Amino acid sequence: MADVFKVTTRMEGKYAILYTEGYINNLAGDKIVEEFNQLVAKDVKHYVLNLQKTQLVNSIGISILIEVIEKVQEIGGTLAFCHLTPIIAKTFKIMGLTQYSKVYDTEEDALKN
Amino acid sequence: MDSNEVFLQIPMLPNMELAATETAHRVAEFMQFDPDKIDEIKIAMIEGIINAFEHSQSKDKTVYIKFLMRGDELEVTIQDFGHGFDLDSAKKEPEQLRKRGHGLNLMEGLMDRVDIYATPNGTKVIMVKRRHSSDE
Repeated sequence: MADVFKVTTRMEGKYAILYTEGYINNLAGDKIVEEFNQLVAKDVKHYVLNLQKTQLVNSIGISILIEVIEKVQEIGGTLAFCHLTPIIAKTFKIMGLTQYSKVYDTEEDALKN
Repeated sequence: MDSNEVFLQIPMLPNMELAATETAHRVAEFMQFDPDKIDEIKIAMIEGIINAFEHSQSKDKTVYIKFLMRGDELEVTIQDFGHGFDLDSAKKEPEQLRKRGHGLNLMEGLMDRVDIYATPNGTKVIMVKRRHSSDE
């Protein structure tokens, strides 16, 4: 049951690409917020979340992601998602997350657009 | 107990919902559900279980789960013996209930049928997923 969640960041130009690994629940959401806050403090405004290594999410984790998207909008930035599994894409759609943020198949597509 | 039932009880501890999704995976796989539908069952179950974790305040701090393999359908029952909740309020917007409302919407969006029975003695969520949807 030790599903240890990890989030790592790589900078590419003005974009911060956050790579998640593991189940996105409330604790994972808090880790993403922590990482995001550190990047905002460095004046980063544009974000891509690559969820290739995330297979499961829950509604509390997604609610936290929606709060992150709202903060990005407040600072005049952008946030996109890429590499969603079909179930995560469907979950995001049901929860209305795709109204606030764009979803791309690949990281390359997200950076291009 | 019928021979087509699987029972599981999990303590209300962090990430224990994943133990239930692993069992769900095996049961649905045995019933030859396709991988996308198995994932839908798993996410819906996570929502039902974390609702119990977060809101039931049950004294035994346990969630009881039953998988019933019924022909083309998998019926999952998630039950706690907490104080129950107001279903109508949970779907409305007030901040403290918003996240629970999301979970209910998710369960309904991912399963073919969701019935919720809330009483002062606990909550029972019965979810059904069909192997073949009616439009297939």
